Amino acid sequence: MTSPSTRVTAAIVGPGNIGTDLLAKLKRSENLDVAYVVGVVESDGLARAQDQGITASAEGVDWLLRQDPLPQLVFEATSAKAHSANAPRYAETGIQAIDLTPAHLGPMVCPPVNLHDHITAPNVSMITCGGQATIPMVHAVSRITPVPYAEIVASVASRSAGPGTRANIDEFTQTTAGAVEEVGGAERGKAIIILNPVEPPMIMRDTVFCMISPDADRDAITASVHEMIDDVQQYVPGYTLRADPQFDDPREGWNGQARIAMFLEVRGNGDYLPPYAGNLDIMTAAAAQVGELMAAAIAAGVAA
Amino acid sequence: MSTPTGRPELQHELRITDTTLRDGSHAMAHRFTEQQVRETVRALDRAGVEVIEVTHGDGLGGSSLNYGFSRTDEMTLIAAAREEARRAKIAVLLVPGIGTVEHLKRARDAGADMVRVATHCTEADVSPQHFAAARDLGMETAGFLMMAHRTSPENLARQARIMVDAGCQCPYVTDSAGALLMHEARARFEALTAEVGDDAWVGYHGHQNVSLGVANSVLAYEAGVRYIDGSLCALGAGAGNSPTEVLAAVFDRLGVDTGLDVLGLLDAAENVVHPYLQRWPKMDRNAIVQGWAGVYSSFLLHAETAAERYKVPTHDVLRRCGELGLVGGQEDMIIDVAIQLAAAG
Repeated sequence: MTSPSTRVTAAIVGPGNIGTDLLAKLKRSENLDVAYVVGVVESDGLARAQDQGITASAEGVDWLLRQDPLPQLVFEATSAKAHSANAPRYAETGIQAIDLTPAHLGPMVCPPVNLHDHITAPNVSMITCGGQATIPMVHAVSRITPVPYAEIVASVASRSAGPGTRANIDEFTQTTAGAVEEVGGAERGKAIIILNPVEPPMIMRDTVFCMISPDADRDAITASVHEMIDDVQQYVPGYTLRADPQFDDPREGWNGQARIAMFLEVRGNGDYLPPYAGNLDIMTAAAAQVGELMAAAIAAGVAA
Repeated sequence: MSTPTGRPELQHELRITDTTLRDGSHAMAHRFTEQQVRETVRALDRAGVEVIEVTHGDGLGGSSLNYGFSRTDEMTLIAAAREEARRAKIAVLLVPGIGTVEHLKRARDAGADMVRVATHCTEADVSPQHFAAARDLGMETAGFLMMAHRTSPENLARQARIMVDAGCQCPYVTDSAGALLMHEARARFEALTAEVGDDAWVGYHGHQNVSLGVANSVLAYEAGVRYIDGSLCALGAGAGNSPTEVLAAVFDRLGVDTGLDVLGLLDAAENVVHPYLQRWPKMDRNAIVQGWAGVYSSFLLHAETAAERYKVPTHDVLRRCGELGLVGGQEDMIIDVAIQLAAAG
């Protein structure tokens, strides 16, 4: 185990629900030490961080960049606008940024799929909640057989969809569809999101459909999917398949292609956010995982 | 064209919107041809229908594995409809989360005059982005509060207000499950008309799952609702919509001016739509279960397919969808339900 003194120093910018849940996860980290939590107004989130003995400030990134030592990693859970303003300042200072906002300035990353390509990138984007939940599955199929088209449907509890998501729901569908192609490896991607207000709140559900050749190796695909489920469970224990992948032979309108369907449930860890909000949990868990691996890379670089 | 604000002036006492070519897309498994669209629009336009909706059943961008691929690109169908209509406005449906502002711009370019933005009845706050875009594009607007049986009249009225404040000219009581009994429908019509006052009109979109679409339309008019939806031959999801030709006949008997030519619509239903029907929507066991258990009408064909694939009864699948509180758009969950029912034996 790395001794605390050699842990990589990190900061969380944005002490809202996401930042607070992320902090709970990072407190368990062996490689990362969250030294700072930063907001722009006094808030419950800053008070909670202070209660845990973390230096917290309402004076924003100006304050953060005056600290000694400076953080080596910053997690940004503010807004696209705030991150767009802050990102160049982190870059100038040589701080790696893990972006949980919809700013999407850096490469989009999904830990078990493509993080190794971007482990030293100055800025990485965590895509969207639906992207984190579904792209591993698209990739699990596309690494075995070509996927001309993939489509994901994310269903989330109404209570877990905040005002930012609601005001710009197009951003979710467009970003996720793009990432299904770029990161997941589908030639063409489509994303759909549904908000369901049922009580008690529904646990996040995701369905991933991929078009595949009718003679693709179904056993190999199924094995690849299960392997990927195990990989995601390393950081989201509640990420499960409701049933084995379902294969359907070509139907009218499918252009001679067969279809694989994967039905996922994403139960959150309940660290700060409620377990039904698997959509929020998978964002903070994936960001924590990215931080963990980046910190390990930084430590290895220093050691070398 | 100027940006529409407030509610548009009505040409008649009641404005009937025909959705054969949108809600009917569900019953046609989204396989409409351009020829069918042209002939239907021509007949509806000639019979005085003011608004004709043409889109994939699940709205712009609905062509998908989840809902079914369109045989003909909806933009081609919208453009064809625009060419055929001399008097009628062409409307499109947009469900945020499925369709986007990008789709809306393309539909506008293809000739759409109006958009109906649809959200679940408690989620109106995902619609302002699309109403704002519609106003920028100079389009008329309406808003669908879907599955209107799933919330109280008071809350439905609050949701209608969110839409109106965002630029919606007519929020709708959208009975997607055909589940509203007459007193429940009336309470919602009254709550919405009281809430929006002169700021907007109120609409009603019915399904025939428990046969109340037309009856509720009459109640709607009495409560001050001025936009009402129908489909020729009831062509729509579940047991279909209130038949446009029946609405025309009933309102004619009531002495309510709709501007519709009853005989022309009867002719359109009989000679234009009937010949291409793959299935005539009817109140069979599955559709009645949808109205009874409050299930989104568009689930019908998907439940039939999943039930056949997993060897479980369709009506059991639908009932389970109702118990789980699934909402419009969650068609993927129907497969999951069928798998779970099959596993349970």
